[in-house]
Amino acid sequence: AATQRSFTRGLSDLLLGNRALDDTLFEELETLLLSADVGVETTRHLVSSITDQVSRKQLKDAPAVYGALRQGMLAILEPCDRRLTIAPERPFVIMVVGVNGVGKTTTIAKLANHLKNKGLTVTLAAADTFRAAAIEQLKTWAGRLDIPVIAQHTGADAAAVVHDAMNAAVARKADVLIVDTAGRQHTQEGLMDELRKIRRVINKTRPDAPHEVLLVLDAGTGQNALSQLKHFREAVGVTGLALTKLDGTAKGGILLAMARQTGLPIRFIGVGEGMDDLREFNAAEYVDALLPAP
Amino acid sequence: MFDNLSQRLQVTLKRLRGQGRLTEENTREALREVRMALLEADVALPVVKDFIEHVRVKAAGQEVLASLTPGQALIKVVHDELVALMGAANEKLNLATRPPAVILVAGLQGSGKTTTVAKLARFLRERDNKSVMVVSADVYRPAAIEQLHKLAAAVGAEFFPSHPDQKPVDIARHAVEEARKRMMDVLIVDSAGRLHVDEPMMQEIRAVHAAIEPVETLFVVDSMTGQDAVNTARAFNEALPLTGVILTKTDGDARGGAALSIRQVTGKPIKFMGVGEKPAALEPFYPDRVAARILGMGDVLGLVEQA
Ligand SMILES: Nc1nc2c(ncn2[C@@H]2O[C@H](COP(=O)(O)OP(=O)(O)OP(=O)(O)O)[C@@H](O)[C@H]2O)c(=O)[nH]1
Ligand SMILES: Nc1nc2c(ncn2[C@@H]2O[C@H](COP(=O)(O)OP(=O)(O)OP(=O)(O)O)[C@@H](O)[C@H]2O)c(=O)[nH]1
Ligand SMILES: [Mg+2]
Ligand SMILES: [Mg+2]
Repeated sequence: AATQRSFTRGLSDLLLGNRALDDTLFEELETLLLSADVGVETTRHLVSSITDQVSRKQLKDAPAVYGALRQGMLAILEPCDRRLTIAPERPFVIMVVGVNGVGKTTTIAKLANHLKNKGLTVTLAAADTFRAAAIEQLKTWAGRLDIPVIAQHTGADAAAVVHDAMNAAVARKADVLIVDTAGRQHTQEGLMDELRKIRRVINKTRPDAPHEVLLVLDAGTGQNALSQLKHFREAVGVTGLALTKLDGTAKGGILLAMARQTGLPIRFIGVGEGMDDLREFNAAEYVDALLPAP
Repeated sequence: MFDNLSQRLQVTLKRLRGQGRLTEENTREALREVRMALLEADVALPVVKDFIEHVRVKAAGQEVLASLTPGQALIKVVHDELVALMGAANEKLNLATRPPAVILVAGLQGSGKTTTVAKLARFLRERDNKSVMVVSADVYRPAAIEQLHKLAAAVGAEFFPSHPDQKPVDIARHAVEEARKRMMDVLIVDSAGRLHVDEPMMQEIRAVHAAIEPVETLFVVDSMTGQDAVNTARAFNEALPLTGVILTKTDGDARGGAALSIRQVTGKPIKFMGVGEKPAALEPFYPDRVAARILGMGDVLGLVEQA
């Protein structure tokens, strides 16, 4: 709430008064964006588009500048505002990946709940066989949701678990199979190879699967998120993004940089630790949260 | 990746060759590059502004040593300032108290607290020969207690059992009693991840702290954190009398500018860094290494020689 406040205050100072459209104003815009983790490059892109429009006399006052900034952000994010639709293929396989501790397992629980509420049957695969009690964590969630988990034991081969889970999901005619994977640093080639292997195992059972490879990102993450996206994309072909922990004060402005670089769909945002705390991404709402109307 | 700034600076700094002292003019462009590098490394904007101002003042008018070009001199100023701000090398845990010495860890969700508790337990057992007990006061996250239980077994620490039906304050208090009874040297208390804006949860951790009076209260923070690091660090530092910080997940390629932000905001030493998921992956914090990393320079001295 603290950033929220200063951000909003900054904006209203910026845009309510009879402000001159000068360098101080542009610098303040820059500050607002940089403080939200938008990053140097995308901030420059957004601000220079504003200064261009001002010098072409297309923007006359501060409120017009505000509107143009909003438009600039929407132009980047709207192409990424594409929902995850569960295609008719069965099982529809969702593989969930990301660095350590971003919220993969919790997002899976929320997503399973979301799909279950739509009347779909969901099975989970506990392919984090590395972290202590990762399997128990997923099983606890599955128990609360009353859905099956395919699991082995800590230390088991993750690809073997996924192989079992694919067979089980086919046998049970599950609508959706969601695969939880261990958190890993994208720079660790050996661990990224394990993910590639999991993907191959899924693909062997169903040539059109996985249907979605969801990269989970923490809203608190700064510029490193770009490196995460690049490496996970190269390794396993990310098809959608989820941004967690937006219930804090972090803005997750790095989404703008990612959207601009890749145009990848942003599927969900996480706004809490409970199973109902998942929202479908909405570009306009996100921009409003980043740039509250003065 | 770590050579970003050095490459960019080489260009600007070449122009500084053959000038006898650092001036406003000849450093302006180079400082702009430094500012960009700091922002790209996720140093928080207000911290970047202060830092650049500081360096500008320090550098201005500085005579350049005969052995250095002005470019080399500027890099040296930037690097030395960064190291200085990051704090003295390697501040140790202070466990000098009547045993059990209690350590409390706190931080945002997923920052690496539970893993760090196990790492600290291992470190204190193996290096300092201490008897260590651990306890989880995380009654919220599914299987959080089980996670610590397994990690405790892996590092050979005593595990004080707790249950999601209990109150965190009661768990912590009972654990201290038990550790005292069993004459443990150290008790490490794990806590649930929490947002700094979650008032009831911040109140809870304050109550836990008050109940057990730890000698070390450590803020565990993810090195990938962006600009929000200043907000969270400030809030935790105001809620709890922190004695130190642990920076996790430095084994990735994050530049780790949050380290500088947190250090600036809290004034508290960064005592350790996590360098992997395994219990042995904990190292003392070295300010010069992190400074070089934030600046995007593998080898600062090497650069000084080339400039
Ligand atoms: N406030 C908040 N916390 C969240 C959110 N999503 C997840 N968390 C918390 O973040 C922490 C880590 O979540 P996990 O789901 O275990 O993360 P993970 O990516 O599976 O972690 P690893 O498997 O260890 O890599 C837990 O304490 C979750 O409750 C969210 O949207 N908001
Ligand atoms: N690569 C790497 N991973 C780490 C490091 N420290 C912790 N982790 C991983 O980060 C993830 C989260 O760690 P936890 O210890 O569960 O984090 P936590 O702060 O206790 O999480 P909550 O209790 O949910 O708030 C796990 O996957 C850990 O293995 C580190 O230094 N390097
Ligand atoms: Mg997980
Ligand atoms: Mg924990």
